[in-house]
Amino acid sequence: MNIADYKDIYVFCEVKDGKIHDSSLELLGEASRLVNNRPSLGYKVVGLIIGNYDEHLIDDIGYFGADKVIYLKNEGINHYSTEIFTSLFMDVINNDKPDIILVPATVLGRDLAPRVAARCDTGLTADATKLDFDPENLESPLLYVTRPAFGGNLFGTIINETKRPQMTTIRPGVMEKLKKHTGRQFIKDIRNVDISTIKDSVKVLEVLQKDHMAVDITKADIIVSGGRGIGDNFHILEECAKMMGAEVGASRGAVDKGYIKKDHQVGQTGKTVRPKVYIACGISGAVQHLAGMEKSDYIIAINKDPEAAIFGVANIGFVGDALEILPLITEEIKRYRERPF
Amino acid sequence: MNILVLLKQVPDTTEMQIDKETGTLIRAGVPTITNPDDLAGMEMALRLKDSYGANVTCITMGPPQARNMLRELYSMGADNCVLLSDMKFSGADTWATSNTLAAYIKTVDYDLIIAGRQAIDGDTAQVGPQTAEKLNLPQVTYVDDIIDISKERIIVKKALENNYEIIESSLPCVITTLSTAAKPRYMTVKGISDAFTKEIKQVSFDDLEIDPTIIGLKGSPTKVKKTFTKEVHKNSDVLHLDGKTSARKIVETLLDLNFIGK
Ligand SMILES: Cc1cc2nc3c(=O)[nH]c(=O)nc-3n(C[C@H](O)[C@H](O)[C@H](O)COP(=O)(O)OP(=O)(O)OC[C@H]3O[C@@H](n4cnc5c(N)ncnc54)[C@H](O)[C@@H]3O)c2cc1C
Ligand SMILES: Nc1ncnc2c1ncn2[C@@H]1O[C@H](COP(=O)(O)O)[C@@H](O)[C@H]1O
Repeated sequence: MNIADYKDIYVFCEVKDGKIHDSSLELLGEASRLVNNRPSLGYKVVGLIIGNYDEHLIDDIGYFGADKVIYLKNEGINHYSTEIFTSLFMDVINNDKPDIILVPATVLGRDLAPRVAARCDTGLTADATKLDFDPENLESPLLYVTRPAFGGNLFGTIINETKRPQMTTIRPGVMEKLKKHTGRQFIKDIRNVDISTIKDSVKVLEVLQKDHMAVDITKADIIVSGGRGIGDNFHILEECAKMMGAEVGASRGAVDKGYIKKDHQVGQTGKTVRPKVYIACGISGAVQHLAGMEKSDYIIAINKDPEAAIFGVANIGFVGDALEILPLITEEIKRYRERPF
Repeated sequence: MNILVLLKQVPDTTEMQIDKETGTLIRAGVPTITNPDDLAGMEMALRLKDSYGANVTCITMGPPQARNMLRELYSMGADNCVLLSDMKFSGADTWATSNTLAAYIKTVDYDLIIAGRQAIDGDTAQVGPQTAEKLNLPQVTYVDDIIDISKERIIVKKALENNYEIIESSLPCVITTLSTAAKPRYMTVKGISDAFTKEIKQVSFDDLEIDPTIIGLKGSPTKVKKTFTKEVHKNSDVLHLDGKTSARKIVETLLDLNFIGK
């Protein structure tokens, strides 16, 4: 393997509900940032998409940051298949020689990426939260991948010096997507691929919805989040959130106690959110919780304990009883809304 | 039916503490447990054994102390336990781990391989799929339930972000299981006493036909450049006010940020 033959940053683009999933758009944004930070490499951002889609979908990949889109097209692909996607992905690796491949750490990405990495015998770093080029050598394309381990108690920076491509999956919600820019120029490379020789022994028989509507707190502008300090008084918090037009988040402490459903959990083993405002109530601020919310634009914390770690990441903190303050906020907003003019 | 279950002994990360002075993990005294996702896989294998008389073999790669875990798995009902242990295997990343596991698995008969989705120490969720790849087997990840199994195929329920899929795969294949899939059974008293009479098969480097350059720390393409813990630094205004004033200030802040409209 001649490492110097490999170049560019490839982003695997996942389609969900007829759209390029946000987690992939975020990676296009991150890839652009990396490429711009090290112009001496002359790397391009390449989006890779596999399946059978409308052209406008392909355009979105360019509008969100790709310099080139490789679209592997076959009308027979109507669903993700580990075997077909791995095989087609491998052809691109052999043919185009990407230096870096970023895959969103979604259920699909975490099924596909390890398989591809194993097939081309390269390293794969899982669920990364931070990417940088080698800070010590400003010409180097070596990727420094930082990720949490041991349940977020420890962070590690991982490198792969010997094999190519350098592959990593990246946590959804962590990186920032670019603004959609419909005037952006990019190259479209559409390849009609043959899948008739790929053996696929796995079939999706049926798709089932989950019993309850899963809430998606990752899209909210404001999140009011409660921890163990709220106890079984989540209704008080919910009422306040409703008055604000906010979604409800929670710590694992609260979820484990059964005060609220797991869909609401923010953090290492929950969701990564970055709302405009995050209001943490009765949450101590364990590293695993912070991992999921510290990138929020503005953080407000309410906690009884002046030493609580949550105050360390908050823009503004209030030492006090959340159960007393929350209803007062609800009342205050109500009064404001009903003001006579 | 022969079922292989891949399990890993891991430190209980909920008990983990950081040494505030050195910023490193305090490992001493941290209890080890069987990785939760793997135990669910083990329970699923045992249920298949209960229903169809399967033969369940537990395989782990790890240090000699992993024997304790294997004893417990015998107590739960495993038929065979295998420990792949050698200094040459240690320090492996997921690629090197799957090379080692696959090298051993190639020497035995199996219809189904069950791995956990993810180990709580590394949290990578890669070893299952990578082992499948090295064995050239189909895979289904994030399995929440086994719905049906016959000689040639298995039907499982896979959990995705917002829905489930019912998936059929030909056998043999690899599935990776979620910890919520099955609650592991308790060890029985008889199981515990029987466990001590059972042999743990020990496999070292010399027992496997494997290229030494694709295993262990040396064979791992990914290297840990550095580790660190996150410092939480105090940078906020922390106000001590009465409840009413606090509430008013929060609402003012939201108004300033344009969050409360009419
Ligand atoms: C592998 C692993 C993964 C994890 N993943 C996550 C994760 O994804 N998300 C997550 O959140 N956690 C996660 N955790 C758990 C995390 O370490 C903490 O245990 C958890 O976040 C604590 O929840 P808490 O802050 O609600 O509870 P506590 O730590 O018990 O804190 C409660 C806080 O409420 C305050 N309080 C009490 N009463 C009041 C009141 N009336 N008004 C105001 N304040 C009050 C207290 O002062 C205290 O600070 C994980 C842990 C591990 C080991
Ligand atoms: N050393 C090991 N020995 C046996 N099985 C392992 C080992 N490491 C990982 N596994 C299996 O692979 C799964 C995923 O592990 P990981 O990729 O480390 O998150 C685990 O849940 C185990 O089932």
